[in-house]
Amino acid sequence: MSDTATKVKPVTILQAINTAIADAMAADDTVLVLGEDVADPEEGGVVGITKGLSSRFGEARVRSTPIAEQAIIGAAIGASLVGYKPVAEIMLMNFTTVAMDMIVNHAAKLRFMSGGQTHVPIVIRTMTGTGFSSGGQHCDYLEAWFAHTAGMKVVAPSNPADAYGLMRAAINDPDPVLYIENLPAYWTPGEAPETGHTVPLGKARVAKEGTDVTIVSYSRTLNEAVSAVAEMEAAGVSAEIIDLRTISPWDKETVFASVAKTGRCLITHEAVTQFGVGAEIAAVLQTEFFGKLKAPVARLGAPYAPVPFSKPLEDAFAPNAKRIAAAAIALTK
Amino acid sequence: MTSNYAPDGATQLEIYKRVALLKANDERSRKVIMSGRLVMPYYSYRGQEIIPSAMATALTDDDYWVTIYRGIHDMLAKGMPLNDLWAEIAGRVDGTCKGKGGPMHLTYPKKGIMVTTGIVGSSMPIANGIAWGSQLSGNGRVTVATFGDGASNIGAFHESLNLASVWKLPVIFLCQNNLYGEHTTYEKATSAKRIADRAAAYNMPGVRVNGNDPIEMFAAAREAVERARAGEGPTLIEAMTFRFHGHVFGDADAYMDKAQKKAAIEADPVPIFRARLIAEGIATEEELAAIEAGIEQQIDTAVDFALASPFPDLSELTTDVYAEGAAA
Repeated sequence: MSDTATKVKPVTILQAINTAIADAMAADDTVLVLGEDVADPEEGGVVGITKGLSSRFGEARVRSTPIAEQAIIGAAIGASLVGYKPVAEIMLMNFTTVAMDMIVNHAAKLRFMSGGQTHVPIVIRTMTGTGFSSGGQHCDYLEAWFAHTAGMKVVAPSNPADAYGLMRAAINDPDPVLYIENLPAYWTPGEAPETGHTVPLGKARVAKEGTDVTIVSYSRTLNEAVSAVAEMEAAGVSAEIIDLRTISPWDKETVFASVAKTGRCLITHEAVTQFGVGAEIAAVLQTEFFGKLKAPVARLGAPYAPVPFSKPLEDAFAPNAKRIAAAAIALTK
Repeated sequence: MTSNYAPDGATQLEIYKRVALLKANDERSRKVIMSGRLVMPYYSYRGQEIIPSAMATALTDDDYWVTIYRGIHDMLAKGMPLNDLWAEIAGRVDGTCKGKGGPMHLTYPKKGIMVTTGIVGSSMPIANGIAWGSQLSGNGRVTVATFGDGASNIGAFHESLNLASVWKLPVIFLCQNNLYGEHTTYEKATSAKRIADRAAAYNMPGVRVNGNDPIEMFAAAREAVERARAGEGPTLIEAMTFRFHGHVFGDADAYMDKAQKKAAIEADPVPIFRARLIAEGIATEEELAAIEAGIEQQIDTAVDFALASPFPDLSELTTDVYAEGAAA
């Protein structure tokens, strides 16, 4: 858990995100929420992440929008240019593709192209993740696209405390932040953070200490890695598990320190392996640790395929605890 | 148009001062590019000067404007200083964006010039957000989004007009219809007889005006500004015009109807406006000549300033990526 987390009653990631936005809105009148169905008459979002916000803060600040992703991100960008801090919801990560021009050409670049005269302090919340039989267009992990775009920050919490702390940090950050939520993990309970707790962007967390192999992950896959600990230990492998928390810019210092200790690294994520975040981290590690590694840096992601519908295929798609354990153990042989 | 909104003589002269600046600046830009002293993609606006000049005269400095790659006329009309502009298009550190934006991304928030986009149609979604900010804060400011006829066929136009209407945003969608989207004619690309008609689908007023007529253009602008300030929501203005130098400066114009282009250039709105100001006694030939001479001097100064300004330090490559610079 995060450093300043206090042990109150457990909360879910869903509740933590809701509370973080509410606390931010209460603390700062310039924080806004917009997106499809986000206001209470529309039930506070399809899974209720923003439930209660419009009743408390009014529909001027919490606005349900048409199903129009370019208009949503454009409105967020424009409001941010004149002093507001919008939290825009793009319901599902695949729908960010409809707003890529606004995100990539505008949100990410306006600070640079204006020579620092303007900036775009927006948060784009979006959910994704396999497990609900959603098929090929509702659960992709597309974080590599955004991490590859100069000017964007990308975060992906794995637990309620980080979900709260990263949201508060993202809202206060002067640059655009893509905030990735995992749909099946929304109801995962965990320790509740204290009000105002922030997790600095760009700082990873050592979720479990170990000596033989470093596992780098984020979002729900991180929890799969933690679930793999027993199997790894049974095989005599002590894994150090790092929750990246922020995918871009990523915390090289924490990852380097771990790999310097273990000499082995497995990067695992739900996104397709090819050209994924793991490829970037692996490349950096091989350069930094050339000649010092005990095994080649390994990656474990999804196969090069769209997300399938059929349940056995979907179950075989994303890395799970069993496959992570096998990959980590194989690195030590 | 209703005469209630027609400009008086003093206002017409204000419009003309902008028009003269825009025309002279375009002519100088092409000259400097032709001489090889500057290299850039240049989207000449010659022929379209009346539209932003009238629009900007109906606004205050505090109002906002989001424009596009063919938008230097919009920015100058809204008050971007010549030195900042010229140093920017020369890629120099004294440019308004430190040389990092260039002619397609000029930005000058001090005069409300918030974004210049190189993406067709993308001015409109962002203008909505700025207008949302004005609506929330109640600051009374109006936001203008300019775009071309080609942009009325892209999704962002339709998403933006719909949202602006549903939210009653203080925004003006100003379409500069120069009859060509890149190389393709209006008729070949656009299903609507008039872009203004598309406003009806979004339950907002849509007007088509002769954008080359300062009286008509100003009246439409002023009416739309008053509507927006009064909280009555957005307006779509389709201002008819023509671009004299093709899509991007240097293109061969082979796709253009020669007779149409010749007729448009013969009907150049700038000398017509100028002659009318004199004929109606709003200004004398000497007064206008003095204004124009002053503009030429300002441009001389700006070009010299730009070319004498240093290029940005290479450290600028990684500054302004994030607030704290680029990630290591």
